[in-house]
Amino acid sequence: MSVEESKRKTQIVQDFQSKMDYDELLNCMRCGFCLPSCPTYIETGGNEAASPRGRIALMKAVVDGKMEPDKDFEDQLSLCLGCRACEPACPSGVKYGHLLEEARDILQAKKKHSLPVKFVRRFFFDQVFPHQNRMRTLNSLMWFYQKSGVQKLARATNMTRIAGKNMSTMEKVLPAIPSPSKMKNRPERIEAESAVKKKVAFFSGCLMDTMFMETNDATLYLLKKANCEVVIPQTQNCCGALHAHSGEKDTAKELAKKNIEAFEEGDFDYIISNAGGCGALLVEYDYLLKDEPEWKERAKAFSDKVMDITEILYDAGLPDMELDPQIVTYQDSCHLRNVMRTAAAPRKLLQSIKGVTYMEMKEADQCCGSAGTYNIIEQEMSMQILDHKMANVEKTEAATIVTANPGCLLQMKAGVEREGKRDSMRAVHIVDLLAEAVKYGEKSLQKA
Amino acid sequence: MLNKEVKGKLEKIVGQENLLDSQQDLIVYSYDATPDYQALPDAVIKPRHKEDVAEIVKVCNEYKVPIVPRGSATNLCAGTTPLEGGLVMLFNYMKDIIEIDEENLTVTVQPGVITLDMIKAVEEKGLFYPPDPSSMKISTIGGNINECSGGLRGLKYGVTRDYVIGIEFVMPDGSIVKTGGKLAKDVAGYDLTRLMVGSEGTLGIITEATLKLIPVPETKKTMLALYDSLEAAGNTVSKIISNRIIPATLEFLDQPTIQVVEDFANIGLPTEAGAILLIEQDGPEEVVERDIQRMAEICEETNALSVQIAQSPEEGEALTSARRSALSALARLKPTTILEDATVPRSKISEMVKAIEEIADKYNVKICTFGHAGDGNLHPTCMTDARNRDEMQRVEQAFEDIFAKAIDMGGTITGEHGVGVMKSPYLSWKVGEAGVEAMRAIKEAFDPNNIMNPGKVFAKDARKRVVVQR
Ligand SMILES: Cc1cc2nc3c(=O)[nH]c(=O)nc-3n(C[C@H](O)[C@H](O)[C@H](O)COP(=O)(O)OP(=O)(O)OC[C@H]3O[C@@H](n4cnc5c(N)ncnc54)[C@H](O)[C@@H]3O)c2cc1C
Ligand code: SF4
Ligand code: SF4
Repeated sequence: MSVEESKRKTQIVQDFQSKMDYDELLNCMRCGFCLPSCPTYIETGGNEAASPRGRIALMKAVVDGKMEPDKDFEDQLSLCLGCRACEPACPSGVKYGHLLEEARDILQAKKKHSLPVKFVRRFFFDQVFPHQNRMRTLNSLMWFYQKSGVQKLARATNMTRIAGKNMSTMEKVLPAIPSPSKMKNRPERIEAESAVKKKVAFFSGCLMDTMFMETNDATLYLLKKANCEVVIPQTQNCCGALHAHSGEKDTAKELAKKNIEAFEEGDFDYIISNAGGCGALLVEYDYLLKDEPEWKERAKAFSDKVMDITEILYDAGLPDMELDPQIVTYQDSCHLRNVMRTAAAPRKLLQSIKGVTYMEMKEADQCCGSAGTYNIIEQEMSMQILDHKMANVEKTEAATIVTANPGCLLQMKAGVEREGKRDSMRAVHIVDLLAEAVKYGEKSLQKA
Repeated sequence: MLNKEVKGKLEKIVGQENLLDSQQDLIVYSYDATPDYQALPDAVIKPRHKEDVAEIVKVCNEYKVPIVPRGSATNLCAGTTPLEGGLVMLFNYMKDIIEIDEENLTVTVQPGVITLDMIKAVEEKGLFYPPDPSSMKISTIGGNINECSGGLRGLKYGVTRDYVIGIEFVMPDGSIVKTGGKLAKDVAGYDLTRLMVGSEGTLGIITEATLKLIPVPETKKTMLALYDSLEAAGNTVSKIISNRIIPATLEFLDQPTIQVVEDFANIGLPTEAGAILLIEQDGPEEVVERDIQRMAEICEETNALSVQIAQSPEEGEALTSARRSALSALARLKPTTILEDATVPRSKISEMVKAIEEIADKYNVKICTFGHAGDGNLHPTCMTDARNRDEMQRVEQAFEDIFAKAIDMGGTITGEHGVGVMKSPYLSWKVGEAGVEAMRAIKEAFDPNNIMNPGKVFAKDARKRVVVQR
């Protein structure tokens, strides 16, 4: 080992000792109850090191000075999906997600990336995601790419293959990017259709308000139909989830503060999110800022208001919904289910659509392998998990796979592509399907 | 570390990829669910089939390398902590359900199969495997057999022992033995099947087991009764049994547990209640209906504060939530949770729980008790912090007193978790010196080189039984 390398390891150990929450590590009583819910434990055929109990033991061993933070250790933490399915299963209430985040943050800070990786990371994490206008610019480029024919050319010449087969599938399933002018004129306020039932603020999210803008429009449409009065604070920003999960915690904290400020004024009872991945970080802003006394209270006030779109729609009630007869299945967003603990509302909404036969797939609560940037960093495991998932989807004979998070949506679309099922199967975001069903319902009513 | 020669021989048997000894592998196979125990093995091995097992055992026997068979390491007696190093043996490749025999009502499995997976598979065929340890979602049948695990249904249906009718195991010299079979009756020689059940990996390695099944009960009904004291609940239990009713489940929570559960789950339990009984009956509908009605009357007669009968399976689920969240609620209180399983004759339960409370007070430690009222299997659970050495010592003393008290009442030091290392110092309290010697003689006959899970069951230095002054 080089001197530099051993210095780095010593520093990591010191950071683990000073930063990891030792109470939380000890709180794991090693009962193993989380093992059956862990996708990486299952996919590795029962490798304890790839289980939550194992990873906690490894982190603790590093803190205890019983283990060097070697490559195996870093790889094992990288292989973790961060899906947090281990948390609801844990009788001891171990906050695994927090331990993982802290550990990754330490490793990331001490990591030496190759120059290109460094550049890409810096570009996206510091320059693009935190700035809504730059997100728009980036998306504008994407739009140009898609509209100009360059995309067609790239596809025809298999250029995207160079970036790996999975990337090329991914690239195929990216949504059509809205035109730049559309992205600029986002609404600030939406009135309820009739008597106001709830007053809410909408967290629009950076990806959601650009690449998935139509889904945001559908969300606002549904809130209106459910008689919610909506404000959309204009100074809000990216939630910081990708940063927090990739060991870029400081940036995540800055973004959190901006959002807390943006949502402090105004007359509303809930902050609505339509992406499980964002929502889960929003409800944990109080944890993210736990070491900053002047922010703790404000963060808690923010987090307490956060709610997923499906919860409010189910609560406030939508007009009668209808669709052409079809089988529908639902893939949980891990963070929506395991962190925000929203699982029943989306299912109940889907079941209430006339014409829809709802089929629960086996292991719907297990990660689809998307997990933020996981499908780029851990391609092999991600695709293994996806194939397993698609086998369960196919058993339901569903024509429509519903998800509640953009990452999951892209992953499920990639799944449909991989299976060559583009003609008989589609993946949609739940609000898009609900909006479709409300409109269809209105039309049938008019006919009748 | 294994010496080169041994390592080479083992790799030749299972292939390099199935012999693990990286730093990471050694760490993650160094513990089980027992608090405060950890020791690194020298290597971890994954046999692919019984022939591998036999070959591995031969090498280990020749070179005197300890073998620690490991299921999912959920045991609570440090049974799979490799305290003397050696090889941890995994059954990741040996987890098949080999056959479900619907004519003889048996299932034959490999040791690594997860208990709940097997239960689900037989239930699909309308068959029932009753032993249901609360860890069944992840425990293995190999582990269940070696600890003789029990569960909530123990009172009516018995424990793992009552369902194991045939075993195939590898002796410490590498020979393969088959005992029992798909037979209800079999008296050919000593009952080795029973000997292997609960042997904690110290006699041999189980490579296959045949288990008895019964038809799935047609219906099930749940009720919940509250009491102002544990004695009153105890009276209900006695009266139910003396009325010749054997319910499928008869669980209790004591007052401190109720308090903690309510704080955690907010399910509307009156925290001043002295005890809760959760009662279930299963079987043909008329019988279930009759038994539940009669038991409800008995609860009233024995001064229950309230009795609730679930009208639907969903309501039944809701009623069991207090019992189900007991462990979760307790485990969250403090970093270290010590879950024990002292057991007394069922007529002594309330007396025992009272004694536990007094002992906890005496040593100034926090212990809550819940468990199986029907079969006297208690779970006194201590919430503490392993870093606080002074308190840990008091906890140990408290448990020592609890074990002594249980034995005084005609009970035992462990009802279902096994002896392992945790309780080995107290084994002679229960079975006497002569009993320990008899067991040791069996161990030596099977395993003269002491390679099978060494350091378990038999203590290096047994604890002197201090006669408690009363
Ligand atoms: C929260 C919690 C709740 C629990 N609840 C219960 C309960 O309700 N009832 C109950 O009885 N127990 C309970 N237990 C204890 C434990 O789950 C059981 O003892 C279980 O049977 C262990 O299964 P395992 O697969 O984890 O075995 P392990 O812990 O891996 O091993 C247990 C023993 O079996 C041996 N062994 C395993 N496989 C083999 C084999 N193929 N050949 C030879 N020896 C082998 C091991 O060497 C060890 O001695 C609980 C534990 C926890 C943590
Ligand atoms: S977060 Fe997901 S992948 Fe990671 S340990 Fe928990 S269950 Fe396993
Ligand atoms: S369920 Fe919780 S306490 Fe049990 S091993 Fe997993 S993380 Fe640890």
